[in-house]
Amino acid sequence: MSALAVRKLTKVYRNGHEALKGVDLTVEEGDFFALLGPNGAGKSTLIGIVASLVNKTGGKVRVFGHDLDREPESMKAYLGLVPQEFNFNLFLPVIEVVLNQAGYYGIPRREAGVRAEYYLRQLDLWERRGSQMRMLSGGLKRRLMIARALVHRPRLLILDEPTAGVDIEIRRSMWTFLRELNAGGTTIILTTHYLEEAESLCRNIAIINDGRIAEHVDMGVLLGRLETETLVLDLKARPAQLPRLDGFVLTRLDDRTLEVEVTKDSSINRLFEALSRNGIQVVSLRNKQNRLEQLFLALVENNKGGRDISP
Amino acid sequence: MNHYRHYWVAFSTLLVKEIVRFSRIWVQTVLPSAISTILYFVIFGRLIGERIGPMGGFSYVDFIVPGLVLMGVITNAYSNVASSFYSSKFSRYVEELLIAPVPNWVILAGFVAGGVARGLAVGIVVTLVALGFTRIEIHSYGITMLVFVLTAVLFALGGFINAIYANSFDDISIVPTFVLTPLTYLGGVFYSIDLLPTLWQDLSLANPVLYMVNAFRFGLLGVSDIQVGVAFALILGFIVVLTFYSLHLLRRGIGIKT
Repeated sequence: MSALAVRKLTKVYRNGHEALKGVDLTVEEGDFFALLGPNGAGKSTLIGIVASLVNKTGGKVRVFGHDLDREPESMKAYLGLVPQEFNFNLFLPVIEVVLNQAGYYGIPRREAGVRAEYYLRQLDLWERRGSQMRMLSGGLKRRLMIARALVHRPRLLILDEPTAGVDIEIRRSMWTFLRELNAGGTTIILTTHYLEEAESLCRNIAIINDGRIAEHVDMGVLLGRLETETLVLDLKARPAQLPRLDGFVLTRLDDRTLEVEVTKDSSINRLFEALSRNGIQVVSLRNKQNRLEQLFLALVENNKGGRDISP
Repeated sequence: MNHYRHYWVAFSTLLVKEIVRFSRIWVQTVLPSAISTILYFVIFGRLIGERIGPMGGFSYVDFIVPGLVLMGVITNAYSNVASSFYSSKFSRYVEELLIAPVPNWVILAGFVAGGVARGLAVGIVVTLVALGFTRIEIHSYGITMLVFVLTAVLFALGGFINAIYANSFDDISIVPTFVLTPLTYLGGVFYSIDLLPTLWQDLSLANPVLYMVNAFRFGLLGVSDIQVGVAFALILGFIVVLTFYSLHLLRRGIGIKT
């Protein structure tokens, strides 16, 4: 069954701006799905409509088969949202934010207390349960938004930039938590500007650009479209001369750093053999750019000109 | 889960949240009405009132008790909902309600009940203050409570509509300052309209607060400048109109959705 089915979704704001131009999107149950796009592409509008925070102009939205127009309450019961912007009463204690949200979903106070404790412990917030919201750091607020969104145990969780402004340690712990949640059966839709995050977590991806879905594909298939990758090599010593190698383009960045453009069909083993033969020792190796980022930029750029999206 | 049980849990969550909210800041929400009522009783009841003499068959201090209680109810029921709902819009935590499976009528009922609860709290405090200045023998408990609750509901609905249209915190103080206070002061809180020239009596009849104050005065003292049945019909009529209008605004998402 589809966790989310969006058909011909349009949104025209009062100022005439056409944010969504007939979006079709399907997210299957159990998926970990990335919804990416440049700023102003329509991601937040799309999520806002699904979460009933934005009125649509036209089209259909279904969550686990429940229609937004005909069964809004049934639909909402399946959905949890972690919004991009903080939306708390800053004067409430942490625990009350979660308990109130449970109450809005009809969960009796005692049961709500059990669930609140579970999710606050899971997200390392239990010790701060009595703190007022305004006393929390940005990272803790982000984690609380996840706890709040989960208290009614939604089958579809939408996270809009959940790790924005969060330090790397908390971000990694949130990734682990989200992976476990998805493994437990919760369908997750993620929007993020950290493309490494999307590549690491998600199995399927849609890229929205200028109010339309520009790409909707399996993550592996998308990454497989990369024709070239650029590697950065840190060297042990300054090479006297750069060798000429068929199939590779070598560029010296500085005395001890090389940039190598590798085509999809080339063997990296051959590259290292050739470098060894020329007495060049490589200390470390990294991608110049995240692979998804490379594709994303190419796609958005090419899409502007209406050309093919292959990078 | 049973729908109605779910609605009840959501409603009671909203109501308890509202009661906790205004109770936490009781110095800003309940105490000011108590202090201003003490001042009214000292100045108008004792110092000036004794020179005014009886009104409507009662001492002046007795005569103003119903109006002062209802004034506290009106302003507090209104401002509780206006400030609470506007704050939830301003800080965007109204979204917690909008994404949840809570029907619009439950959202409205929760906020209005919160306003009524604060009106009730202030009404009790003002009544206790009044007991320090005079003895009150209630003419009809039923009518007193009914007018009390219906008036609080009506003005809580007014506060809700104000909050929906408000774009800044200034916008939620405009109506109380320029509409509510004049209507209340000219609504027979401090005088009987029998004292006014005919033209002003007729004009006063266009003020809805006059009907509420007089109906409440009838419940407490057994005297009124207008017919109590007319007052009830008017209050109920306004409640029905404002309820449907509020639900219409929520359904359209005016002021809360883009």
